[in-house]
Amino acid sequence: MTDTLHTVADTVARAAEGGHGAEDNWIMHHILDGNVLDFKPFGEIHLPTLHLFGYDLPITKHTVFLWVVALLMIFVLRAAAKKYKKSMVPSGVQNMLEIIIVFVRDEIAKNTIGKGYENFLPYLLTAFFFILFSNFLGLIPFTATVTSNITVTAVLATLSFLTIQLGGMRKNGVFGYMKGLVPHGIPIVFLPVIAVVEFIGLFTKPFALAIRLFANMTAGHIVIYALFSLIFVMKSFGIAFLSVPMALFVYFLEILVALLQAYIFTMLSSLFIGMAVHQEH
Amino acid sequence: MILGNVLAFAAMYSEGGEGGGGLLSVNPGLAFWTVLTFLLLLVILRKVAWTPILQALDEREAKIKESLEQAEKAQSEAKALIEENRQNMSKAEDEARKLLADAQKIAERNIEASRGEAKAQAERIIADAQQEIDRKKQEALNEIKGQIAELSVAIAEKVIRKNLSEQVQKDVIDQYINELQKN
Repeated sequence: MTDTLHTVADTVARAAEGGHGAEDNWIMHHILDGNVLDFKPFGEIHLPTLHLFGYDLPITKHTVFLWVVALLMIFVLRAAAKKYKKSMVPSGVQNMLEIIIVFVRDEIAKNTIGKGYENFLPYLLTAFFFILFSNFLGLIPFTATVTSNITVTAVLATLSFLTIQLGGMRKNGVFGYMKGLVPHGIPIVFLPVIAVVEFIGLFTKPFALAIRLFANMTAGHIVIYALFSLIFVMKSFGIAFLSVPMALFVYFLEILVALLQAYIFTMLSSLFIGMAVHQEH
Repeated sequence: MILGNVLAFAAMYSEGGEGGGGLLSVNPGLAFWTVLTFLLLLVILRKVAWTPILQALDEREAKIKESLEQAEKAQSEAKALIEENRQNMSKAEDEARKLLADAQKIAERNIEASRGEAKAQAERIIADAQQEIDRKKQEALNEIKGQIAELSVAIAEKVIRKNLSEQVQKDVIDQYINELQKN
């Protein structure tokens, strides 16, 4: 959900042009990444492309909000961390953050990884808060949801994948980890098949992570846009009485989904780490 | 194979982008920025937020645990002290009661003893007095006896003197003289 104003303005502008073909893509236009920051009707900012080390590194809409999320996280969490130095009693936003941190620590990391969970806590916490902040930031008008970009979720999933594999290898040794991938007591005939299946399984897990997060964060936005577009498709303001409440409902649902997806991504990453570290289970 | 599917799927949607690619296409530039941003975020937050927060949480948990344990210990100690106090008090009470009883007994014994002594003394005094009286009585009796004897002798003398004849007197005087001569 970037913004409703934008949608309306955009659609009205296109309707005024009289062209029907251009309208097909406007939802995609909001969902997809781009090198323009839209603040219609207030204007727009064109973003530059950096050329570093012989590569084109365009700064896109999602890149900008990636940085916004990162700065926001550093700002908020650093402020919360500083409060601990003043007093042992938490207050204000610190309380809320603490609940989440303790939840990630106790319910996610400690429960699924068990012994040695402390090593993975920084990654899990960063991933959780990154997804949470991105999801919530995306709900604010004029912004973009970083986590509704498959590139971002793929990177997150890849980092989870690396954390899982490296964590497993560090605990069990490279060969020990490879050997542990195949369950015990498998007839030797099936061994090659199982090995292949398990090997593929290693990659499907993070793949599912990436797709799940991306799809969930994209779907909600698309549904909201689709509901609004009903007004224009039907060419009647009366539809607004139906589509606005429904969009609002989906919007609230997205608040839930924003929290839920951050939890699911972190929980599953943690679970896979736990499985990789303690292979005997 | 899965990746191939995705790429095919992505290609279907990839025509819609404006510099950012399609819905399911991976943009290398954004991937680079995401990796860079996320790793930096991880490093910075680890230093700035997670380590101090987790440490503070651990410290607080430890402190709460310690405080609770201390409170529990203090409570059990207090309970033990109260119990001890109660015991001490009852012991002191018992002791006081015993002391009182002892004192009473001693006092009674003292009274008894002094009463006995007084009685004995009185008896002794009485006995002494009785003895003295007896002695005095005997003395008086003896004196009276002596006087009676003297009186009887005097009376007898008078009577005898009156009754004795000249002859008898002469005989007696002679006897005396004889006796003197013999000596």
